[in-house]
Amino acid sequence: MSGAALKIIQPGMLSTIQDRGRYGYQRFGMPTAGAMDMFALRAANALLGNDDNAACIEATVLGPRIELLADIRIAITGADLSPRLNGVPMPMWTVVRARKGDTLNFGGPADGVRAYIAVSGGIDVPQVMGSRATYMKAAIGGIDGKPLRAGDILNAGYTDSVGEDAEERPAGIMPQDAIPQYGSEHVARVVLGPQDASFTAKGIDTLLSAPYTASINSDRMGYRLEGEPIEHVDGADVISDGTPLGTIQVPGDGQPIILLADRGTTGGYTKIATVISADLSKVAQAMPGHTISFKAVTVEEAQAAYRAQERLLASIRSGGEVTDAAAPRIAVVMDDTISDILDGDGEPLTLPAAVGEQVGTHSGAARIGGATYEFDITVRRMSDS
Amino acid sequence: MLYDNPRFFPAGDMALVAELGDAISPEINRRVRSLTDALEQGGVPGVFDFLPTYRSVLVYYDPLVATSDEVQDGIKLLLQSAQSTGAGARNVVHLPTLYGGDLGPDIAFVAQHNGIDEQEVIRMHSGTDYLVYMMGFSPGFAYLGGLDERLATPRLQSPRTEIPPGAVGIAETQTGVYPVASPGGWQLIGRTPVKLFDPARERPVLLNAGDYVRFVPIESRERYDDILRRVDAGEYVVDVETEAAES
Repeated sequence: MSGAALKIIQPGMLSTIQDRGRYGYQRFGMPTAGAMDMFALRAANALLGNDDNAACIEATVLGPRIELLADIRIAITGADLSPRLNGVPMPMWTVVRARKGDTLNFGGPADGVRAYIAVSGGIDVPQVMGSRATYMKAAIGGIDGKPLRAGDILNAGYTDSVGEDAEERPAGIMPQDAIPQYGSEHVARVVLGPQDASFTAKGIDTLLSAPYTASINSDRMGYRLEGEPIEHVDGADVISDGTPLGTIQVPGDGQPIILLADRGTTGGYTKIATVISADLSKVAQAMPGHTISFKAVTVEEAQAAYRAQERLLASIRSGGEVTDAAAPRIAVVMDDTISDILDGDGEPLTLPAAVGEQVGTHSGAARIGGATYEFDITVRRMSDS
Repeated sequence: MLYDNPRFFPAGDMALVAELGDAISPEINRRVRSLTDALEQGGVPGVFDFLPTYRSVLVYYDPLVATSDEVQDGIKLLLQSAQSTGAGARNVVHLPTLYGGDLGPDIAFVAQHNGIDEQEVIRMHSGTDYLVYMMGFSPGFAYLGGLDERLATPRLQSPRTEIPPGAVGIAETQTGVYPVASPGGWQLIGRTPVKLFDPARERPVLLNAGDYVRFVPIESRERYDDILRRVDAGEYVVDVETEAAES
């Protein structure tokens, strides 16, 4: 069951529907597409108790302006593009209960490039070849294979308004120390290969020592880097073969290109190394002008990092309990009068039970001396007692 | 040369390359397809996607399920027991093609460059069955082998910004069909009304690695438009001939 949940008022710079990508069709030349920052997408779904592969909006640099068409829970992860709910700064990496009629917008990039906007139940657009991910070049996925446009209406898989239970799922919790700070100097670990033998020892040393700058020609297909040219043994061409996610190809000019979500499935340039999956987020969140340096690790070390990230995602998912109705209430004291703060339904607002959880992101109300006062409040539990 | 044993190369922490030979040849490519067929039948635990190319297969696996060594061992086992592919029947997919005119604006240049006339270009280009070595680059694009070397022509000096789907072109010693609109520098000699990629179709991609392609000349623009109408209406059935292999 699904219902209208979001209306795009302004699409922002580039907002697309993405999930974990379209696997199983690369052998027919179909690129996977999917979220650029897979960790952020999956963390958002884990926070909401969504399917791990639920579709979200990937917003780029300048986020969209969205009107909510239903009471629904939202989680925003990835880049800090300054999200605001009804004009009030909205916390990220946590579940926020929003109301029909609320407006979500973004003030501008503060840290990182790509933010993920997830809603309870996931965004429901038709699957094409097993995925909802937008791949713009072949015009598939998302809505008509295009970036979101003003006026688009997005359904959520399950919403309060249609009486489904996605809203009742326990919210996950993001440990504060696991929230990424992207910054502007990125270090990405790589596994050398598959064609490191096509480079001189000096060429490999160059890759691993010189920082590279992300050029303006960096997008969902790949990041073109600028810096010290990387030396080949004997030319940059190989017999065209498969291009793994995160692989670093080096054409004849010696300037590396990291191939990402929308890369062509095959290519004919030598591939010196591949960014490990746990560090692809760092590349996806690098802005043109930022630096990226590379550090070599073994396959085993890379897989240990992958397993650690899977454990973190599992712990986010299982992290929290929803607020217990018996928990202490929040009240205001004014002129010695104690008054409950009420939520939108007139029920007393309760304290968050778990670290990281928060309540009352908007429209708290208190009755004091017969009059009703409204508050825009956020109460977040910062530590355990 | 086909290697006696596959060579493995890491491709990050979730993929590896199994390389089976060092050249573009039908023999090595048949071995690639044998491995692909075996993988398709669910051969190796942890493998969730794979991508066959001229002489190697890119294999994606889940490190939570299998280590790189386990995947390599699984692939070696599959290769030992895999039936050799390609000895049986072969599919020849017929692509009706209108050569020259507005839809093949570079045919005169291809003819002139090779010192032949346009009719000879058409006769030579449509007189060969091309092996689909691999699919890749963009959805539905087939890397074809077998272009007559007397048709080889360099790419355009300056690529076109948009080439429509169905355009048939030549670039150096390669020939191919653009499946989706894209920029490109190939010399365009004709166009097929058949869709190599159609996401609305149950099988979105028309060709498979291992198929053969035969370009069948369309005699007139009227006939091209008629086929195009039937393709758009979903009524056109692509002609696929099944032939016994030569060897």
